[in-house]
Amino acid sequence: MTWNELQTDLAAQNYVAPDDLAVALHLALSLERPLLLEGAAGVGKTEVARVLAAARDTKLIRLQCYEGLDAAQAIYEWNYQRQLLAIRAASEAGETGKAVEDRIFSRDYLLERPLLAAITQSKPPVLLIDEIDRADEEFEAFLLEILADYQITIPELGTISATTKPIVILTSNGTRDLSDALRRRCLFAYVDYPDRETELAILNARCAGIESTLAAQIIGFVQNLRKEELEKVPGIAETLDFAAAIMGLGIADLTADPAALQATLTTLLKTQSDRAHITTEVAQRIAGKAA
Amino acid sequence: MTRVTRFAGRDPGATARMAGFLSHLRENGWRLGVQETDAALTSLTFVEAAKPEEARRALKAVCTGCKDEALRFDALFDSYWMDAGRVRQKVIPKLSAPQIGDDSVHSSRDAMGQDGSGAGQSTAPDGGQGEAESDGEGKLIATEVRNLSRRDLRDLVRPEEIAEAEQVARRLGQALRDRRSRRRIAARSGDRLHFRKTIRKSLATGGEPIRLVQKKRPDRSRKIVALCDVSGSMSVYAQVFLAFLAGLMRGDPTADAYLFHTRLVRITEALRDKDAMRAIGRMSLMADGFGGGSKIGESLERFADTYAKRFVDGRSVVMILSDGYDTSSPETLDKAMAKLRKRGCRIIWLNPLKGWRDYAPVAAGMAAALPHLDRFAAANTLDDLAALEKELVTL
Repeated sequence: MTWNELQTDLAAQNYVAPDDLAVALHLALSLERPLLLEGAAGVGKTEVARVLAAARDTKLIRLQCYEGLDAAQAIYEWNYQRQLLAIRAASEAGETGKAVEDRIFSRDYLLERPLLAAITQSKPPVLLIDEIDRADEEFEAFLLEILADYQITIPELGTISATTKPIVILTSNGTRDLSDALRRRCLFAYVDYPDRETELAILNARCAGIESTLAAQIIGFVQNLRKEELEKVPGIAETLDFAAAIMGLGIADLTADPAALQATLTTLLKTQSDRAHITTEVAQRIAGKAA
Repeated sequence: MTRVTRFAGRDPGATARMAGFLSHLRENGWRLGVQETDAALTSLTFVEAAKPEEARRALKAVCTGCKDEALRFDALFDSYWMDAGRVRQKVIPKLSAPQIGDDSVHSSRDAMGQDGSGAGQSTAPDGGQGEAESDGEGKLIATEVRNLSRRDLRDLVRPEEIAEAEQVARRLGQALRDRRSRRRIAARSGDRLHFRKTIRKSLATGGEPIRLVQKKRPDRSRKIVALCDVSGSMSVYAQVFLAFLAGLMRGDPTADAYLFHTRLVRITEALRDKDAMRAIGRMSLMADGFGGGSKIGESLERFADTYAKRFVDGRSVVMILSDGYDTSSPETLDKAMAKLRKRGCRIIWLNPLKGWRDYAPVAAGMAAALPHLDRFAAANTLDDLAALEKELVTL
């Protein structure tokens, strides 16, 4: 499979991947290396994994990172309640210590969390490790062991090796510097806000039946809005919401009804100061330029 | 495609060219090892390597690791592979003499090449301070003119002071414990049961959990980010503060330090030098313009827009060492402080003037910053800084 075919496959799932991203994704699949995607919030990093899973008809296993995420939530945990019950039952039945120990520390009593689940599937799943920059440095260390050898060591049970290598996609918003060790393990692609043509293609793919002049106007408006000094620059998700709002209200021309346009801006501007900055006049000026 | 670089006939082939490209990237500060060279070569077998654009994209995915690198990659790719048809004579550069301060390359090269060839250099007559020394007598004529603005900070700070400051910095770091760790570890006493250990132990007593193991939230240390004003009005206090910065960087491996006057410079890497005095020497090279005016607002705004986004988070304590005499507008400072505040960090302003009797923060800049501060304290001497310890515990 070439990267062009991959790009076409993704397009069939309504995902328009820029060339850089498609090549990086293709290499990640070919070289069996994890792919680290970095970029601002809302440029479609998470979506890549979802679409890739759909395109390859495989399972998506998602691990959302947060501060304080630890092995018990990310890799595995023992099922303590079951263990306690089993010990009780065993003592009633007069079972010996060694047998009990072997039983309660077996796979039956292990709760799989995303990372363990990802390496024990029969068909290679897509493992999405979302917002890795939110997890702390200690978690990166866990992750490195798994990404290096695709195996997990459980002290009571031994080492579990991967039955299949998952396709690993990591995303980061760049709020924190990731360790060099982690970066070196991964291929990297920087996902930027899309250019006009790409974003238009995305809008056409996602909102079927949108009128072409209106679509061009919407994209022009959003592209120009991104050039304004904003605290939170709207991403693609916001653009799609905006388009849906415009279509829902039956607006055919952005410049026609200033009040309606202003009302739909809630889908693009997510902070109070951005709202205050883009007044009706500013919005009309941007819309005028876009038309 | 006439832009493509041509290679000399005697060069040993594609593998060598790729190795040459990787070392070209390394020379530009990339952190790449042998493994990456291998991956780069392998990656080309999965795309149509004869097409420059495909090769560019493939190498970009393999060689870059962060946004900055991704943005710089195209220029570096062009300069090596698309050299307007010029013939590149040698694909692999000769092993040049190791540059001092060239710590940007890691991996196996550190272990082998640099150690082997670097040994001779470190015993050279200049005591390994080549970079710093060159700022001294050697360039007398050139430096004379700028003498006022470029002072050698090594004249200001003595090694004993750095050692003392290191102690103080370490104690401050201890005081700044963050009690909000979300992760729990096993402990004798705590607020939750550690099931895993408890059950393990209960096996010894026939499944009866007699000894309960608990878990608690451990204390986490906070990251200190220090910004030191080295403008003219601060030069009297520079001795104390620079020693403190040097000590801080040596005592606390997670700390981060910056100098500012009219510009902002990150000095973390320079101050991590193993030789304390050489670190100060490197810092004075970077602090060009030392002793001039100060633009606190603009420097802090630049900090908030760039470095803070990467290095400042909810666990950080930002320490600003300045007298608050600012030549830029107070509005800029106000905005910059508000931005910084939004990172969720604590902000401490240490002002040497506050120790004076009847001091009131009336300087426009200081007044603008005041509402954003968690602590506003005096600091003239190392003792003052040491005394802060108690206050910081309650932060």
